[in-house]
Amino acid sequence: MNLTLKIWRQQNHADKGGFRTYSITGISEDMSFLEMLDVLNEELTEKGEDPVHFDHDCREGICGTCSLFINGRPHGPKQTTTCQLHMRSFSDGDTITIEPWRAKSFPVLKDLMVDRGAFDRIIQAGGYVSVNTGGVPDANEIPIPKVIADEAFDAATCIACGACVAACKNASAMLFVSAKISQLALLPQGQVERRERAEKMIAQMDAEGFGACSNTGACSAECPKGIKQSNIARMNREYYAASVVTENV
Amino acid sequence: MSWVTKTLDSTLGRKLLMALTGLFLILFLVVHLAGNLQLLAGDGGDAFNVYAEGMAVNPLIRAVSILNFSFIALHVIYAILLSRHNKKARPVAYAVTNPSANSTWASRNMGILGTVIFIFILVHLRGFWYRLKFGTPEKVMIDGVEYKNAYIIVEEAFKNPIYSGFYVLSMIFLAFHLYHGFASAFQTVGLRHKKYTPLIQKVGIGFAILVPALFALIPIVMYIQSL
Repeated sequence: MNLTLKIWRQQNHADKGGFRTYSITGISEDMSFLEMLDVLNEELTEKGEDPVHFDHDCREGICGTCSLFINGRPHGPKQTTTCQLHMRSFSDGDTITIEPWRAKSFPVLKDLMVDRGAFDRIIQAGGYVSVNTGGVPDANEIPIPKVIADEAFDAATCIACGACVAACKNASAMLFVSAKISQLALLPQGQVERRERAEKMIAQMDAEGFGACSNTGACSAECPKGIKQSNIARMNREYYAASVVTENV
Repeated sequence: MSWVTKTLDSTLGRKLLMALTGLFLILFLVVHLAGNLQLLAGDGGDAFNVYAEGMAVNPLIRAVSILNFSFIALHVIYAILLSRHNKKARPVAYAVTNPSANSTWASRNMGILGTVIFIFILVHLRGFWYRLKFGTPEKVMIDGVEYKNAYIIVEEAFKNPIYSGFYVLSMIFLAFHLYHGFASAFQTVGLRHKKYTPLIQKVGIGFAILVPALFALIPIVMYIQSL
């Protein structure tokens, strides 16, 4: 496959940045999208040019490190992570536009790399459970109905890649935050901090400058893990209930 | 800030206000439509005039109408606040986007739809409500009682094809606004359930088609009658 790549290049956060166009030849349709970029970077390095910076780690779709806004969609045309996107999803001669996630809360570090530290700070604000250290508890000591366990697990599959923020017209982080609130709110272990968690995580989300939810559903449609809109409704309930019942005046 | 203002000033709180005022306005549409369909009763406007007078003097209706006006204002103010906040959340726009791949046009353009509806409300209030309340409308005798002739104001207005056309067009914008807004409001207040959400979504689409269509029927029929 021969392709034309329009890639966002930006030296650092202060740099204005702009698109550079590259031609690339001899790409196999069995390559992943990141492998295609690896080929480009090899060529750039050999020419003595600065390679294109992008985030990646596990390359098996479970870590949430890779990103990229490809032809107007986060992680490209398939509902998966960029590392699991293959070049067979494109055609010979295509022009592919590659941009970083765009959000005030995700500043560009270099080229296609963004700082997703805002997500970490939201988790630090309340996305945890407090447990006593000591012996490992017996399995099934706390009975949890299968449907609830499944619902919590579905929410917990969120890999915090930020595609929801990238897809949302408001750069809202509601899908991410709602998944993290849901996975703990559904389970008995999460009850201790349940109310305060909702208040603290949403306060942090707002402080980071993410947008509000318009219920367009774009986040779920683009989420590589298919996190559902029902989580956002649950987060709303958690937050309203927390506002009414916690003792934080 | 107290806990109430803190909650309502958060992104979730602002959305809650949008949803609750929106749901109230949906209810208002039903009541308003039920009253206005009397324009098509074919009785020369008697039923409508009696109804209009009743609405104007009933203290309970007057209280609800003040509430209604304030909810429209709140809905608009919070829409502006949220839109400004959302704009700030993405200072650098994407060069290429493909939004139709993941969302409906109506859901992404509630602000534009709402702006047209707001302009319509202003024109609508100036044309009917203002003239009836602060103008000097003609009087009409029905069963020996004197009433303001609201019907004739409407009849005169809808003789104008541009005016009637504007009403019909505005109802199309309202339809798209409701197409997204109805179910969206339930989602925002947290009412989502496997059993009921599919029903809410279907009722929402039905409501978004039926209610604006019936509203649009009034200027269409009255314009045809005037020919």
